[in-house]
Amino acid sequence: MSDVKIKITDREGVLHEVDAPTDMNMNLMEVVRSYELAPEGTIGICGGMAMCASCQCYVKSEHELPEKSDDEEAMLAEAFFVEDNSRLGCQIHITPDLEGLEVELAPEEG
Amino acid sequence: MIKTDILIIGAGPTGLFTVFEAGLLQLKCHLIDALPQPGGQCAEIYPKKPIYDIPGFPEVLAGQLVDNLMEQIKPFQPGFTLGERADTIDKLEDGTFVVTTNKGTKHNAPVVAIAGGLGSFEPRKPQLENLSRFEDKGIAYIIKEPEIYREKKVLIAGGGDSALDWSIFLADVASEVTLVHRRNEFRGALDSVEKVQQLKNQGKINLITPAEVVALQGKEKLEKVIVRKTDNPDEIDLEVDNFIPLFGLSPKLGPISEWGLEIEKNAIKVDNTLDYQTNIPGIYAIGDINTYPGKLKLILCGFHEATLMCQSAYQRIFPDKKYVMKYTTVGGVTGFDGSKKEAPKAVVKSIE
Repeated sequence: MSDVKIKITDREGVLHEVDAPTDMNMNLMEVVRSYELAPEGTIGICGGMAMCASCQCYVKSEHELPEKSDDEEAMLAEAFFVEDNSRLGCQIHITPDLEGLEVELAPEEG
Repeated sequence: MIKTDILIIGAGPTGLFTVFEAGLLQLKCHLIDALPQPGGQCAEIYPKKPIYDIPGFPEVLAGQLVDNLMEQIKPFQPGFTLGERADTIDKLEDGTFVVTTNKGTKHNAPVVAIAGGLGSFEPRKPQLENLSRFEDKGIAYIIKEPEIYREKKVLIAGGGDSALDWSIFLADVASEVTLVHRRNEFRGALDSVEKVQQLKNQGKINLITPAEVVALQGKEKLEKVIVRKTDNPDEIDLEVDNFIPLFGLSPKLGPISEWGLEIEKNAIKVDNTLDYQTNIPGIYAIGDINTYPGKLKLILCGFHEATLMCQSAYQRIFPDKKYVMKYTTVGGVTGFDGSKKEAPKAVVKSIE
């Protein structure tokens, strides 16, 4: 089994349950883009280098995620709408451990 | 008025390579970019990061790629308007376009190529009520003339290099410098972090961390900034003359979206069956800023689009001239500066 189920609440508050492949070297930001859950050009602007916060999301489930890198920490320190459970989607790789992950996309920066 | 054949908006890799392809067709180019240096994202955001999918380069640093492109286009003597954003476009009676920047610089060309990438980089603004009311009345996002802060009470917010560097610089100029950052940790050159520590110890910089600016107050101009520490709900009132939020830059499609071009998915729709022309004849869009079925935002795709676009531009500028594409290996490269590069001629000589 190479897919995990992930629940993603989009910026309009709509819940989507999607299958995310674990064998395609994908991250959460790319999953959101592949299902077009946020308009193109409003998410993943820097391409996944932790250099913008357009893929910020709030982690709602209790999954243990990998530690934030210094780059992600630094970006979240300057991003807006940051909460304790904020992460950058581009830094979360889709692995089998993420089965059942629940996230909500943060609002778009003005 | 700056006159050219192809006016390129955006000096990223796609815009720069356009100069080369246009040059082979004897067309001159001028580039406009909002950033102060050429190279776009490659130079501004990730100059030290490697790219692995430029054909023929197993690995190249983004900054190095820009340097190489600048070297490659040098013989074609491109003009640059840097640090200015293309704001408006007007079509003249002769069918040519005039593009005016936010600083009023005017450019005239029969062909406009928008190679704007993600758009122009604009300062990221904190989400605060009344923010726009105090812009230029105490709030600025870019420090142009440090002298205006002499003997002023200045509050800087941010945790990166520019927040650190300006705090250090203004510590000697302003009467009071306060630096507010959401974390205790700063991300910057080690020297800068240590210098701020030193200035803090000397009482020359008032450091408030982890904290955030939560409100702005004032009548005609900014008078007071309210700061709240993350670990303490009490509000700290600070009387200031200036508030400078330094939260980096983010790209915005900006004024180009008002030019009457067809926009889809925050990008400019183009004709990918032919020449990457937009819905306005004579205006092309190439590289990351355009969209069409199957579009991929890759530098290598931008190079391809630039090449086809130049052929179309040539026909538009010289509708009656006959031309076929010529390989550089065959034709060489003749610069506008008189330089000529060509393949060495084979020797024809009998061997006895």
